[in-house]
Amino acid sequence: MTAQTEAAQAPDLLYSEAEEDLRSAVRSLLAGRADAPAVIAGIESDTPYDLRLWESLAAGIGAAGLLVPEKLGGQGATHREAAVVLEELGRSVAPAPYLTSAVVATEILLALGAGDGPVAGLLAELAAGRKVAVLALPFSTPPADGAAAMTGTLERTVTGVAEAEAADVLLVPTADGLYAVETGGDGVAVQALVPLDLTRPLATVTLSGAAGTLLADAGPAAAAVSKGLLAGAGLLASEQLGLAEWCLTETVRHTRERHQFNRPVGSFQSLKHRMAQLWLEVVSARAAARNAADALATGSPDAPLAVAVAQAYCSRVAVNAAEECVQLHGGIGMTWEHPAHLYLKRAKADSIAYGTAGRHRETVAGLVELPAP
Amino acid sequence: MSTAIDAAQIRRRTQELLAAHPPATTGRTDFLQARFDAGLAWVHYPVGLGGLDASRSLQPVVDAELAAAGAPDNDPRRIGIGLGMAAPTILGYGTEEQKQRFLRPLWVGEEVWCQLFSEPGAGSDLAALGTRAVRDEGGDWVVDGQKVWTSSAHVARWAILIARTDPDVPKHQGISYFICDMTDPGVEVRPLRQITGEAEFNEVFLTGVRIPDSRRLGPVGDGWKVAQTTLMNERVSIGGARIPREGGMIGTVARTWREQPALRTHDLHQRLLTLWVEAEVARLTGERLRQQLVAGQPGPEGSGMKLAFARLNQEISGLEVELLGDEGLLYSDWTMRRPEIVDFTGRDAGYRYLRSKGNSIEGGTSEVLLNIVAERVLGLPVEPRNDKDVAWKDLAR
Repeated sequence: MTAQTEAAQAPDLLYSEAEEDLRSAVRSLLAGRADAPAVIAGIESDTPYDLRLWESLAAGIGAAGLLVPEKLGGQGATHREAAVVLEELGRSVAPAPYLTSAVVATEILLALGAGDGPVAGLLAELAAGRKVAVLALPFSTPPADGAAAMTGTLERTVTGVAEAEAADVLLVPTADGLYAVETGGDGVAVQALVPLDLTRPLATVTLSGAAGTLLADAGPAAAAVSKGLLAGAGLLASEQLGLAEWCLTETVRHTRERHQFNRPVGSFQSLKHRMAQLWLEVVSARAAARNAADALATGSPDAPLAVAVAQAYCSRVAVNAAEECVQLHGGIGMTWEHPAHLYLKRAKADSIAYGTAGRHRETVAGLVELPAP
Repeated sequence: MSTAIDAAQIRRRTQELLAAHPPATTGRTDFLQARFDAGLAWVHYPVGLGGLDASRSLQPVVDAELAAAGAPDNDPRRIGIGLGMAAPTILGYGTEEQKQRFLRPLWVGEEVWCQLFSEPGAGSDLAALGTRAVRDEGGDWVVDGQKVWTSSAHVARWAILIARTDPDVPKHQGISYFICDMTDPGVEVRPLRQITGEAEFNEVFLTGVRIPDSRRLGPVGDGWKVAQTTLMNERVSIGGARIPREGGMIGTVARTWREQPALRTHDLHQRLLTLWVEAEVARLTGERLRQQLVAGQPGPEGSGMKLAFARLNQEISGLEVELLGDEGLLYSDWTMRRPEIVDFTGRDAGYRYLRSKGNSIEGGTSEVLLNIVAERVLGLPVEPRNDKDVAWKDLAR
């Protein structure tokens, strides 16, 4: 058992001053452009995405290029900073193709390691926020299935692709390797689905006679896709953390103000204990999410375990926080008008995204040698 | 606040101590006394009281240097109550004379301390305690009452004691804090056998125990406030230990899982993995808390750690007994023993299962801790209370 020795190098689980500055910038942007009424109005319009918001986030703040080195047109930051952006996006549930494009697709392209050529060109476009790319796999695909996804051809239908409607480019894994396919080209159909989580649209992508640029052969592409999914799963934990924090904060606020039986309902122990328990879960989720972000940032050999632990834990915390938020709000929590439902739907969808908690526990079992019977 | 003493200076002082008192040729007590006098016992304590007014974060420098040199330590697990609870209270509220008299033998371990707080009628509602301290004509205090769940009482030289000095005011206002001599003839210590079969704790009966007024800590009637210092330190010490991955109970059950494939079932596997993940996250949460403390940004997270570890210990040990199957039906030994320390890893799964039931009761029940988190961390309104403005003598009991 090598777990003890691996843990000797302690990860940095705190936030730096620069990370807190980034958080403030993202938070104030989202507060100004994507408050709850705006998000609710957006999800029932033709496109849930606010393009000006994305431009400000991706290009203005430079969040889209955080993972990309400066020489490739990015900010030269790390997963730690991207995780902070995702905490804030989770807190606001504003639709923005950040996790899919600025994390997963970007990480895949970075893992292909091209100094110039089409990979570098696309990376620069993504980093600048001029283009959005998404991986053409179901949103539920866990990192462990990344290699197995290198199958089939460019003639295919993929269902449940997250944020394909927002994408300019699809990254399509096939048996031959990884292709970049322009969504605007011939033979590409992106058909919107009705998603449980309206703040993260899903689509069915159908490719028939589409033209693609081969970015990498199957071998290196398999490793890159796995790495992209690992980063996606790891940083999803930070989105779940931000989401859970919002749910707790709003629930505390509501139960302090709401009076029944001539008392604030938040003075009843049965409610207080549930919120205190939730606080403990949020505090724990923060440690797990920071650990995953730091492991990804430092390229730690512990990263696969850190990510699996974070996903196995934070998924449940986010769902629990959103469910408690609805329940402890009482009737108002069941209305369309109140934003609690947005968080519940996002949390539930997130618990499937990049692998369920159960899939991640299986990964843990393999990594720490606790085999099934 | 800390002075300019830095790690290099602390290391140099430690080396000077080792040179002047080589561990190989110095008796254990002599060495520990010399260490105390050199200010290297607890470096964040004041000069002259075993410290150097240095930053607490420099203590590991001393400990590592001394451990490498094979120096004896003060066996902190044996004197945990003195170190973790009595000492910070004496430091915070004691007179200069009290600090000089008590801290050195406490730290060295020559004098063991115990805590006379809980009573049969005052557990979670500690402030309702009924042990009376009455002042006699000479100015001494005479104490009568019963305390319970007192670890180390049978080996202790001194106790920190809270007792009621004024029954006519509301309960929080009529308490005073004392240092009690455990060799007083009015102190009777009886073992309290618990569900594990052993007697880790005691009942302490106090009958006409005399305490000179010079052994009072803090003003008369201010004992509740003084006790808060003690209790805050208790919670920190219960939840604050650093553990490596698989370092707690989860490590024991994980080893059993790896070594005994015949015991594995699918249901146990799912539960084991869930608990493994939760234990790892609890470890990371503790690690994050420590990093916050080192960075000078202490957060309220500490209040939650005890809650998390209590639940995990109980669930993991419960799973372990079940995993063991036939062996889980057995228990090592029901003989009433008097252990000096609680050792979760050295005993069988049944012991761990039973002993960990106390983790959510001792040092503040989980229910009370959840109230504290809700009110002090989340700012939720307090429950309406009917005991705050009533004289203690008029409370229902």
